[in-house]
Amino acid sequence: MDGDRAPLSGRAGRPALAAVPLAFLAVFFAWPLVAILERSLVLDGRLDLPLDVLASSSTLEVAWFTTWQAAVSTVLAVVAGLPLAWAIARFSFPGRRLAEALVLVPFVLPTVVVATAFVALLPDGIERSVWAILLAHVFFNVAVVVRLVGSYWSGLDARAWDAAATLGAGPARRFRSLTLPALAPALAAAASIVFLFCFTSFGVILILGGPRYATLETEIYNQAARAFDLRTAAALALLQLAAVALVVAVAGRLERRLGGSRSARGARAQRPGGRERAWVAVAVGGTLGLLALPPATLVERSLAVPGGHGLDHYRRLAEQTPALLVTPWHAILNSLLFATIAAGIALAVGIPAAVLAVRGAGGALDTLVMLPLGASAAMLGFGFLLAFADPPLDLRGTIWLVPIAQALVATPFVVRSLAPTLRSVDNRLREAAAVLGASPPRVRREVDLPLAARGLAVAAGLAFAIALGEFGATVFVARADWPTLPVAIFRFLGRPGAENVGQAMALCVVLMSLTAAGAIAADRVLGRGGWRS
Amino acid sequence: MIRLEGIVVELGGVRILDGVGLEAGEAETLALLGPSGSGKSTLLRVAAGLQPPAAGRVLLDGADITRVPAHRRGVGLVFQDAVLFPHRTVGDNVGFGLRVRGDAVADRRRRVSELLELVGLAGAEQRDVGTLSGGEAQRVALARALAPSPRVLLLDEPLASLDGPLRDRLRDDLHDLFAALRLTVVHVTHDVAEAFALGRRVAVLRDGRIAQTATPDELWSRPADTWVARFLGMRNLIEDDAGLRVVRPEAVHVVPGDDAVVLAVDRRGPLTVLTVRLDGAEELEAATTTLTAPRPGDRVSVEIDPDGVVDVAADPYAEREAAHGRADDADDLPLHPR
Repeated sequence: MDGDRAPLSGRAGRPALAAVPLAFLAVFFAWPLVAILERSLVLDGRLDLPLDVLASSSTLEVAWFTTWQAAVSTVLAVVAGLPLAWAIARFSFPGRRLAEALVLVPFVLPTVVVATAFVALLPDGIERSVWAILLAHVFFNVAVVVRLVGSYWSGLDARAWDAAATLGAGPARRFRSLTLPALAPALAAAASIVFLFCFTSFGVILILGGPRYATLETEIYNQAARAFDLRTAAALALLQLAAVALVVAVAGRLERRLGGSRSARGARAQRPGGRERAWVAVAVGGTLGLLALPPATLVERSLAVPGGHGLDHYRRLAEQTPALLVTPWHAILNSLLFATIAAGIALAVGIPAAVLAVRGAGGALDTLVMLPLGASAAMLGFGFLLAFADPPLDLRGTIWLVPIAQALVATPFVVRSLAPTLRSVDNRLREAAAVLGASPPRVRREVDLPLAARGLAVAAGLAFAIALGEFGATVFVARADWPTLPVAIFRFLGRPGAENVGQAMALCVVLMSLTAAGAIAADRVLGRGGWRS
Repeated sequence: MIRLEGIVVELGGVRILDGVGLEAGEAETLALLGPSGSGKSTLLRVAAGLQPPAAGRVLLDGADITRVPAHRRGVGLVFQDAVLFPHRTVGDNVGFGLRVRGDAVADRRRRVSELLELVGLAGAEQRDVGTLSGGEAQRVALARALAPSPRVLLLDEPLASLDGPLRDRLRDDLHDLFAALRLTVVHVTHDVAEAFALGRRVAVLRDGRIAQTATPDELWSRPADTWVARFLGMRNLIEDDAGLRVVRPEAVHVVPGDDAVVLAVDRRGPLTVLTVRLDGAEELEAATTTLTAPRPGDRVSVEIDPDGVVDVAADPYAEREAAHGRADDADDLPLHPR
């Protein structure tokens, strides 16, 4: 028996626990990356740097566009997020928690839904343009700014602000000389995350950029799936990998340099008074109103039929369409099936990783599991195409690549949401159970499981929602006769005609409802005090 | 009976326990007394099987259980702050060990209600543990530990997180309970009064070593060295040509006279403790039961009962600690807060 050898529970189980996540990452993350490296660097058995691809004018153009659109998107998102961050950080008002939850919704909406919403919202002519891309990126990332900057802001010492006011500094002056410098670490953190998201943005660019605008991420797809030039695609993926690593490194340095001299004494949020009330109302109402506009238009347009409104687009989801090999209704079922499998895999991989991270034994593993976050989705999908097209693991014909790719994207979120819950379980509870005669497996079942159940539910919901909306990797590996919801939406948008756009929007509303319901449910459960400090 | 021999524990390169031996005999309560950081809790964890020792043996009723895991030892453990399972009712907490053992539902229910009655919480089975007061939670924790009839009960500062009258009452209840159940108990505490009240014998732990093991009376009358004497609260240390001696405060009698001055008067429950300074000599503490004590500044005289003067050994580690630049632990202890 396990207990006879090890007086302390857990030690003996460590290698076994680590095996699952490590094997999963080795096969489905490391191997595809190796496949990309091989394809880009080796030609006819010899090392052959793809300098011709990397130095070509079209690559430079794409790289330049990728960088500047990400930079501009970041600046706009930070500016757009600050008012609501201020309102939430500094004041308490009815519906504050709701506002915090609502602002999160765009962030968890699938990229294809957001892109389609802007197609619906923007007038003809600019609906597929740089402006559309920038706006969609802002829409997505306001949540990041509000959450990160807002929580940091609420921890700042408000007394310096009050002191400056008594010294005669006006609000604008105080913001510039006091608040902004104090917020620098949070702003830098938010900006670097937003930049990374926009830099690796895939669905938004692919749909809103049209044929004219391509980033490294979408160009990998164009070269691999449309031009069938795998060597160029692999070279671009290599470039993307290096660029992402650079961004992460720079962001890390920046954050360390600005690193917090944050006062532990946070200001208590107060009711806004006088003129502040109006400003808070504008910040909250304005931000949420603007954020509600694209999804609202999407819903409205999904119901628009010639001469009024109706459910025609939805009704037609059950009918055959030239855009797909199956009915759209099948795509919905496929998505639910794949997302369920993917959530199962993500939990199977993420739970042991989280357990190890909490025991302090999995520092390296913790980092490893996070890596797929850094690698972009299109890169993962492309790597899958290269790695699993030949024996020994030829998965091309199967449907398994889709849920596995989705699970890879979802696992980091599972670990991140589960680890704090597990950490909050007092180890002495496990010891108390052990002394009362519970064997290590029994302790896990009787103590860890019930106490982490809420965190597990949240992690499962999150993994499901992420898998449901996953597009970047899925579009590479989904079989034509097994499309997921995002893939089906993309196919509809790629065809001309109001009919197809209407169908896409109806599918978007279905996808959005499923995802948003999951995300809000998760946030509600979290907010109800699942985290014990 | 539980017996620990030569227990050594090192954590992160620091030697927490350095060859500790102690024994609690059948139906005996052994108090394990020491300042915080002396290794008491670690020693208890070794006894419970939660901390494997680097060296030494743990014997339960004569059998070596050093390598038996916690869940097969059949010992009971009560933590400082209850540590009840928050997702279970009071009854399920108390019945946990019985359920793990596989007892039948009816037996379990009977035993749980029996134990809740024993700890003064009859009928609390369905209560949510979140609604319990600190004292109630500790009683439930005690019932939970006792339910599977452990061969030895280990208590880790069970009263430390309670205060005032509640603490005193639970202490008295524990005393009666241990006697009635004829339990073998190791009771860890940093509180001298608690150790004296509950322990038939007291083991004093200092920096991972046993400084002295004795009955409370022996300990009070013959502390092993000056560190133990001071840790027990004896302030009257006299050093002269004859060596080191401790004068117990109750052996110092304050009488009318004019060769000493009263510095302070403290009433501590039934006792009044006077601090007096002999002219041209040291300060002494005197404990009396009188209700008419002198006042600070009064001139008095002092008589010392020879029975209350004890030769003690010098602190065996004083030099080592001085070499390490460490202050004497006992001086920092708020044993008798003023």
